Amino acid sequence: MVNEQVKEKYVKIFLYFTASFSILVLIAIMFFIAIKGMGMLTVEFLTTAPYRFEYGGIYPQIIGTLYLTGVCMVFAGPIGILAGIYLSEYAPVNIITKILRFFVESLAGVPSIVIGLFGLAFLVYYMHFQISLFSGGLALGFMILPWTVRASEEAIRAVPFSYREASLALGASKWQTIKEVVAKAAAPGIVTGLLLGLGKAIGETAVVLLTAGSGLESFLPRSIFEPVASLPVYLYMIATQGHTSEAYNRAYGAALVLLGIFLVINVFASLLRNYYIKKHRVRFG
Amino acid sequence: MKRQIREAIIEKGLFLAASASIIIVMLIIIFMFAEGIRALNFDFLFGMEWWPSGEKFGIIPTVVSTFIIGLGALGIAIIIGIPCAIFLSEYSRDPIRSIIKSSVEMLVGIPSIVLGFFGLVVLVPLIRYNIGGLGESILAGWIILSIMTLPHIISISEDAMRAVPNSFREGSIALGSTTWQTTKALIIPNAKSGIFASIVLGMGNAIGETMAVLMVIGNPNIPWIPQSILDQVRVLTSTIVIEISYAIWGSMHQYSLFALGIVLFAVVSVLNLISRLIIKEEIRKRW
Amino acid sequence: MSNQTRIETRNLNLRFGSAVVLKNLNMSIKSNFVTAIMGPSGCGKSTLIRTFNRLNDLIPECHIEGEVILNGMNIFDKKVDVVELRKRVGMVFQKPNPFPKSIYDNVAYGPKMHGMAHGKKLDTIVEKSLKDAALWAEVKDRLRDSALSLSGGQQQRLCIARTLSVQPEVILLDEPCSALDPAATAKIESLMVQLKKNYTVIVVTHNMQQAARVSDYTAFLYLGELMEYGEAEQVFKNPSNKLTEDFITGRFG
Repeated sequence: MVNEQVKEKYVKIFLYFTASFSILVLIAIMFFIAIKGMGMLTVEFLTTAPYRFEYGGIYPQIIGTLYLTGVCMVFAGPIGILAGIYLSEYAPVNIITKILRFFVESLAGVPSIVIGLFGLAFLVYYMHFQISLFSGGLALGFMILPWTVRASEEAIRAVPFSYREASLALGASKWQTIKEVVAKAAAPGIVTGLLLGLGKAIGETAVVLLTAGSGLESFLPRSIFEPVASLPVYLYMIATQGHTSEAYNRAYGAALVLLGIFLVINVFASLLRNYYIKKHRVRFG
Repeated sequence: MKRQIREAIIEKGLFLAASASIIIVMLIIIFMFAEGIRALNFDFLFGMEWWPSGEKFGIIPTVVSTFIIGLGALGIAIIIGIPCAIFLSEYSRDPIRSIIKSSVEMLVGIPSIVLGFFGLVVLVPLIRYNIGGLGESILAGWIILSIMTLPHIISISEDAMRAVPNSFREGSIALGSTTWQTTKALIIPNAKSGIFASIVLGMGNAIGETMAVLMVIGNPNIPWIPQSILDQVRVLTSTIVIEISYAIWGSMHQYSLFALGIVLFAVVSVLNLISRLIIKEEIRKRW
Repeated sequence: MSNQTRIETRNLNLRFGSAVVLKNLNMSIKSNFVTAIMGPSGCGKSTLIRTFNRLNDLIPECHIEGEVILNGMNIFDKKVDVVELRKRVGMVFQKPNPFPKSIYDNVAYGPKMHGMAHGKKLDTIVEKSLKDAALWAEVKDRLRDSALSLSGGQQQRLCIARTLSVQPEVILLDEPCSALDPAATAKIESLMVQLKKNYTVIVVTHNMQQAARVSDYTAFLYLGELMEYGEAEQVFKNPSNKLTEDFITGRFG
């Protein structure tokens, strides 16, 4: 018996150690990037364009990333929400619905580099959209779509059934009920899901590298069919192909900005989620 | 009657949106094969040499390296992830539990390029100066990739363990067992298929991951079967990223890279499918 | 309008999958009276009134045989527009379920959906509905506040106002007081009695005293069968069925 108690103690210590591992890694990455990149965060770095590969700032990269995720969400947002509505409110329990779900899951499992290759073959060459903001954004949209579908479906499912009953009992049609009551009640949840998808799109490198541009462009695209710079691809290029301290400093700066945008989106998403949960608790309490 | 027609049209439109995933997956399959089928032959699948300028496209070394990297990373992720899941499910309470859970969730989201960069500037020199070799190595790949795989393993195995009914725990504790005895004798055996599913899924994720691995494994010009964990290697994903930019469109080189994509897609899909089947079977059994 | 039949069920049978919930029900419900349907939990009384506005359609495994005649028309007829039917047969639910919108928007929701009114006219409808639901005095200064900020009893009266706003012929109330305290219950009960002037009121309750207080006609449902149905006084003073008597005297339920 005593033996078991001692064993329990050692097991506990080991478990504590493994559990703290992910926190330690997270903190290590954040601190390291923050400390090394902080010095680069000048107005000049954030507002000028790069030149001669390893000089200048990352303005077109920041804006380009925002453009890309914008195009991505214009595609994946609405389709994801509509698909989520279908799966939660309309889909009958049958083989067709099973197939729909199977393909949503399958798309989620496609490695991002394969999406990149597909974007290159289909969007860039076959559809002649060129290496461009449009191709890159759309390819990112393909990647994010399963997340927006699932997030919307979950958020819509979470809306209490009593809202639907009340609306239908007033003689509202099914679509009126969804549009006026269900979707509005689910909106914060949907937005949270879309934001998390956005966070995923912002950091994606392989897809953008193959379809949107080399990352080092020093100008912003004048049309949607021109190449566009982006932070992740810039970071990849400058970190793997630049070997001077100038290049490394810029890589740290770009990594910090990327991490910063990612964190802001995530914090915002979780605040929204907490607000949403609280609001619903008030209702039931 | 006008309203009924409108409602029917809306339903059809929503169905169409829901079918977008089918269309995209179908297009992916069609275009991957359209580009890659010409390279998918015996020499490709069983060749030992990958030498684009010599028109040699054998993938065996790359595939072997991919599995070495994937399995090693998975091993580390299992050693750390499963105990972490046990901790979260059996040993911890809020707020510690929620702190760890949210940091695990954050870890999934960190852009892989940032993680890869961190590996390049911290891990690679660490290995170079303390262990040996160039630093860019299988070992570095294992560590970085295990960090990426970890969250998937933790969250799915934890779900599986928490799904074990509480009455089991109460029954065992009431008999005077320690938490660890209970975990070993009851929780793990009952959650084992969920844990296994998480491992298979983790493998799929590890093999499909691109940027983080690419940054730390060196990617020698000629792929080979590595001899030591300090050797540089090339994996399926890194080969595609590095070579696609200089492969001439319409050349055998380009077709071969798409064929690599098909192999990657197939391996990852099979792994995902297996893990999904295990989870589905588990849910069916429980009800 | 008096003594006119508003709703009539003819050989109504209903089952969920293989479970029979309503057995061969025949009853006619009169206009401008309060009809209470009482019975122990699980006797099918809620299911019964949910067939009157075809809300059971939402449950895929629900099968219905027989007829429900509303103003001379079978509501299961293929020609019937179920959306239109639900506008004519309003419903108040067991748990207050206001939408997460403002008080005003909750009441304005139905008229807006039906394109009945906007602007000043909509304001008038909202005001009248809230007055009829005896809630106007309490909320007239905060119509833009969230409906979720109201108390449970107020929320339930808001739901009644919301139902009144589309001017239904029949109002179904499904245990409207089961989630409320006695004071709020008393308000809703007196409201029901007032509403019968203009509407046909059907209330489901497992509370026998409530049925006695508010109803003109009372039905007793037991395991899906109609055991007793008639004028309230008759049912409570002189029940014809032994089970009804046991229920009324509190021996079960």
